[in-house]
Amino acid sequence: MESRKITVTVNGQAHTRDVETRMTLADFLRHDLGMTGTHVGCEHGVCGACTILLDGRTARSCLTLAVQTDGHAIDTIEGMAPNPKDKTAPMHPLQEAFRDNHALQCGFCTPGMLTTIIELLRDNPEPSADEVRIAISGNLCRCTGYQTIVAATLDAAKRLKAEGRKP
Amino acid sequence: MKPPPFSYHDPRTVAEAVSLLSTLENPKLLAGGQSLMPMLNMRFVLPDHVIDLGKIDGLAYIREAPSKEGGNALEIGAMTRQRDIEFSELIAAKHPLLREGILNVGHRQTRNRGTIGGSLCHLDPAAEQVLVCLASDAIVTAAGPNGERAIPFREFPLAYMTPNLEPDEMLIGIKIPLWPAGHGYSFLEFARRHGDFAVVSVAALLDVDAGGIIKRAAVALGGVAAVPLRMDAVEARLVGQKASEELFRDAAEICRAIDAVADVHATVEYRQHLAAVLTRRALVQALAKVKR
Repeated sequence: MESRKITVTVNGQAHTRDVETRMTLADFLRHDLGMTGTHVGCEHGVCGACTILLDGRTARSCLTLAVQTDGHAIDTIEGMAPNPKDKTAPMHPLQEAFRDNHALQCGFCTPGMLTTIIELLRDNPEPSADEVRIAISGNLCRCTGYQTIVAATLDAAKRLKAEGRKP
Repeated sequence: MKPPPFSYHDPRTVAEAVSLLSTLENPKLLAGGQSLMPMLNMRFVLPDHVIDLGKIDGLAYIREAPSKEGGNALEIGAMTRQRDIEFSELIAAKHPLLREGILNVGHRQTRNRGTIGGSLCHLDPAAEQVLVCLASDAIVTAAGPNGERAIPFREFPLAYMTPNLEPDEMLIGIKIPLWPAGHGYSFLEFARRHGDFAVVSVAALLDVDAGGIIKRAAVALGGVAAVPLRMDAVEARLVGQKASEELFRDAAEICRAIDAVADVHATVEYRQHLAAVLTRRALVQALAKVKR
């Protein structure tokens, strides 16, 4: 099997590894870096569970090869809460809004939803409910019926505005 | 659901990529990866070599330039991301049909990576960018070992998902001759869900004079057949006539005679029906957008 040495910055920290050239970014994050927050659902770009931010833009990590990200920056769900080790510290306002609005049940789609919505809120800090629905149209959720996810997103937009914070 | 083993190549120039293409056994070009990667994961394709075009400079651009054929043309590099087309002010102003088409392509996550050249070469018969290029008489440029070759888009789809490219050629650029300012345009599609491939899609362009007479019309249909169709008969029925809903209805009925395909999503008759209905609606919308 062919492999290559790559250096990828994940959530601000550089990682250098030898990876098989055929390895997807999703498998690299989960298996090589142990960051299992990025979930793998369909493995062919339909479900959106593996969505990460690549140089600040969402991408399906199952449709990206790890070798393609050499020298690039990745943000995953692990980097979202400011202080993930402290269970009592507040999470990101979007995560708080998800919890308060019951926007997750099993949680499988949640990492992909959150990364997708972060990009939406950065581009469009006050989206309409319709715009939220279009933004999450590439992310499947089989529990919530999406209603609470839309509500949580609108709530998060309000919280961020009230706090004067960027997503 | 993992890609098969392959050798990975990341050339820095078009010449290097073409040389790899012509010397390696069973290679496959990787552009944005939004079609090839699922096909690798599902092992629908088993290349021995994957040639990643992502590190070649100079293949991602959007610009307006004078065209040899007269007037100005939009020039788009093959590796231009769909996202950059979506947010291009130049495209929104000069070729809004392309922007309308792009908004129906997949989702934000896939448009961030997917490229226009990748979609044209994948050549799904229901692909939006393919349809817009066909309706707009785009000219694509391919690079091969003997230099570059310009291909009118009507000659680009050879058969189901088969572009008019030699095995050692790669698409490098797309040129779209611009329609006059204020032309009418519409892109409509029927899909089961937002972002899915269309069951039937239509792209329409209209140029109408001050008296309401149609000077020029372009209508193309996607999803109905193995390749996207340019509807010459519909256009011929429109040009020289006074634009009206009756005329559009009459012209759109021609679509019921299309030799349409059937699959799990729709029957032949349903596709013909959608083609006629969507064509009529697109022409009505295009006329409403004409600004003189």
